[in-house]
Amino acid sequence: MLRIDCPWCGPRDMVEFTYVGDGTLRRPEIGAEDGHFDYVYLRDNPKGPHVEIWRHGVGCRRHVAVTRDTATHEMLATGKPGEGAS
Amino acid sequence: MTGQTNRLQEGGRIDRAQRLSFTFDGATMTGYAGDTLASALLANGVSLVARSFKYHRPRGIFSAGPEEPNALVRLRGGERVEPNTRATMIPLYDGLVAESQNRWPSLGLDLQAANQLIARFIPAGFYYKTFMGPWSNTKLWMRFEHAIRRAAGMGAGTHAPDPDDYDKMSAHCEVLVIGGGPAGLAAARAAAASGLRVVLVDEREEFGGRLLFDREEIDGAHASHWLAEQTAALEAAPNVRLLSRTTAFGYYDQNMVACVERVSDHLIEPPPHRPRQRLWTIRAKEVVLATGAIEQPLVFADNDRPGVMLAGAARAYVNHYGVLPGRKVVVATNNDDAYRSAIDLHDAGASIESIIDVRPGGAGALAAAAKERGINVLRGYAPVKVQGRRKVRRLAILKLDADGKPTGAQRAADCDLVLVSGGWQPTLHLSSQTGAKAMWDAEKGCFLPGPPRQRERSAGACAGGFMLAECLAQGHAAGLEAAEAAGAVRPELEAPRAAAVAEKPTRLYWECPEPINTPGKKFVDHQDDVTASDVRLAHREGYVSVEHLKRYTTLGMGTDQGKTSNIPGFAIMAKARGVEIGATGTTTFRPPYTPVALGALAGPEVGEHYMPLRRTPMDSWHVERGCEWIDAGLWRRPRYYPAHDGESLFDAYIRETKAVRGAVGLCDVTTLGKIDIQGPDAGEFLNRLYINGWKALPVGKARYGLMLREDGVVLDDGTTSRLGEHHYLMTTTTANAVRIMAWIDYHLQVVWPDLKVKATSVTEQWAAMAVAGPTARRLLEPVIDRDLSNEAFPFMAAGPCRLLGGEEGAAPIPGRLFRISFSGELAYELNVPADYGHEAWERLMAAGAPYDVVPYGMEALGNMRIEKGHVAGPELDGRTTADDLGLGRMMSSKKDFIGARLARREDLVRPDRKQFVGLVPVDGRTALKQGAQLVAKDAPATAGTLAAGGTPIRMEGHVTSTGFSPELGHPIALGLVGRGRERLGEELSMRYPLRDLTVPVRIVDPVFIDAEGKRVHG
Repeated sequence: MLRIDCPWCGPRDMVEFTYVGDGTLRRPEIGAEDGHFDYVYLRDNPKGPHVEIWRHGVGCRRHVAVTRDTATHEMLATGKPGEGAS
Repeated sequence: MTGQTNRLQEGGRIDRAQRLSFTFDGATMTGYAGDTLASALLANGVSLVARSFKYHRPRGIFSAGPEEPNALVRLRGGERVEPNTRATMIPLYDGLVAESQNRWPSLGLDLQAANQLIARFIPAGFYYKTFMGPWSNTKLWMRFEHAIRRAAGMGAGTHAPDPDDYDKMSAHCEVLVIGGGPAGLAAARAAAASGLRVVLVDEREEFGGRLLFDREEIDGAHASHWLAEQTAALEAAPNVRLLSRTTAFGYYDQNMVACVERVSDHLIEPPPHRPRQRLWTIRAKEVVLATGAIEQPLVFADNDRPGVMLAGAARAYVNHYGVLPGRKVVVATNNDDAYRSAIDLHDAGASIESIIDVRPGGAGALAAAAKERGINVLRGYAPVKVQGRRKVRRLAILKLDADGKPTGAQRAADCDLVLVSGGWQPTLHLSSQTGAKAMWDAEKGCFLPGPPRQRERSAGACAGGFMLAECLAQGHAAGLEAAEAAGAVRPELEAPRAAAVAEKPTRLYWECPEPINTPGKKFVDHQDDVTASDVRLAHREGYVSVEHLKRYTTLGMGTDQGKTSNIPGFAIMAKARGVEIGATGTTTFRPPYTPVALGALAGPEVGEHYMPLRRTPMDSWHVERGCEWIDAGLWRRPRYYPAHDGESLFDAYIRETKAVRGAVGLCDVTTLGKIDIQGPDAGEFLNRLYINGWKALPVGKARYGLMLREDGVVLDDGTTSRLGEHHYLMTTTTANAVRIMAWIDYHLQVVWPDLKVKATSVTEQWAAMAVAGPTARRLLEPVIDRDLSNEAFPFMAAGPCRLLGGEEGAAPIPGRLFRISFSGELAYELNVPADYGHEAWERLMAAGAPYDVVPYGMEALGNMRIEKGHVAGPELDGRTTADDLGLGRMMSSKKDFIGARLARREDLVRPDRKQFVGLVPVDGRTALKQGAQLVAKDAPATAGTLAAGGTPIRMEGHVTSTGFSPELGHPIALGLVGRGRERLGEELSMRYPLRDLTVPVRIVDPVFIDAEGKRVHG
């Protein structure tokens, strides 16, 4: 079971979190005509470090940007969404 | 009773003062405390303990540890029965009951042993081939499969619920040492000296590993002294936790190791308030693997007969259990270690007929010790066949030439025990589970752990350091290194010492020559009955990778996962391919290392503890009223309230429906999701979430809203009320409450963090109750402190209120009132703080008494929304668009919202999409079925087979929700039908193959009653 270092709560078990999705996506601005298809359907499948959004649902209810190595499951960093996982 | 004929007069670590009684296949026997079932059976002279999986061959005890492939028994009885339990790992207790498995009618006379006669027709992979060719397309396989499965069975379990409790524990430590043999103890001792938290786990009853089984010296004294001293010191150390009877079975990411502790399995049943087993998840900064090694056998004809045993196991029985498993012994080996067994058995009184060493040069220093005892060593010989059916009688041998080919005449030696040793294979399960790839070491003749992928290191036999001196040195070094890596100052400590013994290398030789004139099966995998010829067959048929070999022959697929068969099997495959064993690699090691009871994995989260139960504040009232329940996610909600014992579901919900439509009813709607949304941008946020507009909604009004997913499909619906300038209360469906809260959080935190909005779930803070029916206003007027007239509080009004009533002098209850309606009647929804819920409900029931108010449940609620054509969960199925549901006009064209762009995709605006409609049976009587298919009125009864030229029947739509309208007097339903809105009045055929139902139906408008919507405004 992986552990995620929540920036608000500290290190917690993965079961407290829900995987939300790719943390590198940017939703098209309100009113934009284009980009929605890519936003909804297109995903990279990188091998190596990848930024993901996890929701600490059984904790602070905050979303956490997690940098995880998809090949080794190593949790490289966590941070607040949008601020980059540093 | 035969008595303990094979028990030695003295020696061993058993407690001869504690006699234990047990039964095997109904025969009562005795053993001693400290025995395993296997050692006690051997002491009692029982050699035949099992029948094999496929050929039902007689089998005996093969090992003394977790690797046992043969001696699987059915342990205990009744609801505690546990099949396929390894006799070698069952601690003996008084009253133990065990039975042999996979035999009929008895172990001695197993009629299915006739399978051996047809062995040539059931080779490896026979089930993949037998029913191909002319047999294919017949249903023969289906019939045979049943019989074959039963014949090739393991032990039978029980369907009764498990009476025992299981526990779960988490632990943290700096250094986790797995394996309590010499290497593990030395490692734990060294790491503990640093003061860090150390956990030491071992799967056996007591610590010591091979020290328990061998006659060795440490620091100049018998190893048992060192063992006692070290375990006592570790037990006393405050920073050390010792877990015996604990198997580390899985090594997971971030150095998390899962272990199962057999807390009570050494007892006849768990004592009160103690679990049977406990699952440990241990997180360690550093791990030392000291998991030891497993001895491999040699492969020769009939090497599976009872009386053939691993050499190391035999000396475990002698030294640890005081049992002599045979009196006339032949030892066959490719390495030096088996000489220790010959010497120990000799010293215990057995006659060693000879040591058959496949190496022309024989052994190192141990050869002299054997010679001193007058043991005859035959160098450059191989065992070729066991004679004797249910017990070893003779062993035939052949001389090998320089290439390992047989030469000369076959000889045979009388014996009752054949010890075999094909060298020791490090137990790599845990290190391999981390992804560290096992590496072949041709010199040692085994696979060694690969470079670590996690913070672990291997020491002792599991790292190829098989000799005691190496175990101690490596364990000590690993313990110091782990402590240092975990942040401690490297402790100053002397390593324990043992004398090194000069050994000659193991010969990479496992499969022995065919015997002359007397063929026999050469077993590689005893548990799965896989022979050397099966492995070669797999090679001939192209299954040459070890993973294919495993799946084709079942080599290593048993409950033992090939612990004593993989190395010889891979060696035979490597030879057939003409490559080194290292080139074949190993199969993937996956958790668990040994079988784990599912109960241990489930732990205490079973039965009512499996999920939390959510109850509304009015739950106890519903209980007192004797409602029937229905689950709604984690909530339980009243389904209906029977008026008398035995009132049927149908009668009850029709009665409740009529009562609401005729007068007034009260429904607990607390479970609907409630989300409080506040902030200057709250209106803008709702505009983005919902497809309809929110900025024009005045304070004190509610509005129905619909949300889409980003892909344009409907997500959820509900009413949202504006309680203040920057304050809204959103409701969601019960099922989606959590999901919508997460959806809102995501958008506020990740997508639009600049919006000045805060949202929080208040579902559990407010009790909610619907008062619905033509007399709802009259019921409420005396108890609500505000003007409820149409002018003052019209349909879709929302605002604060106080609930009066109750006992004399009772304080008013503050609340919120909403004039919204799910039933289609004049209706109000009252929210009060949760703690007042029960009291408020009682006040409303009391206020409703003059109007014959009834409580109504989910069935009536659902039935009335079907009558009104409101969509709910069955229609919001993740595939429907707003337009499919007839709500397309709600989509604002003046603003952007989630899903707006993709909802306009070509496929989502096709005119022939399935649309929301009402359905009635043409005969006006037959009830429709939820989920049933709708096809053309004149569609054939069946499509016929493709082979006969049949074509699939076109599906026109399906039934989503069903009910019965007492007002109309006939069954009604909602459904989704292609171009449905254009087809009102058209007839279709409803098909429900599960009940073989065909019902003609007519498409109608989904609003069955009060189409003009007058009642809600009443």
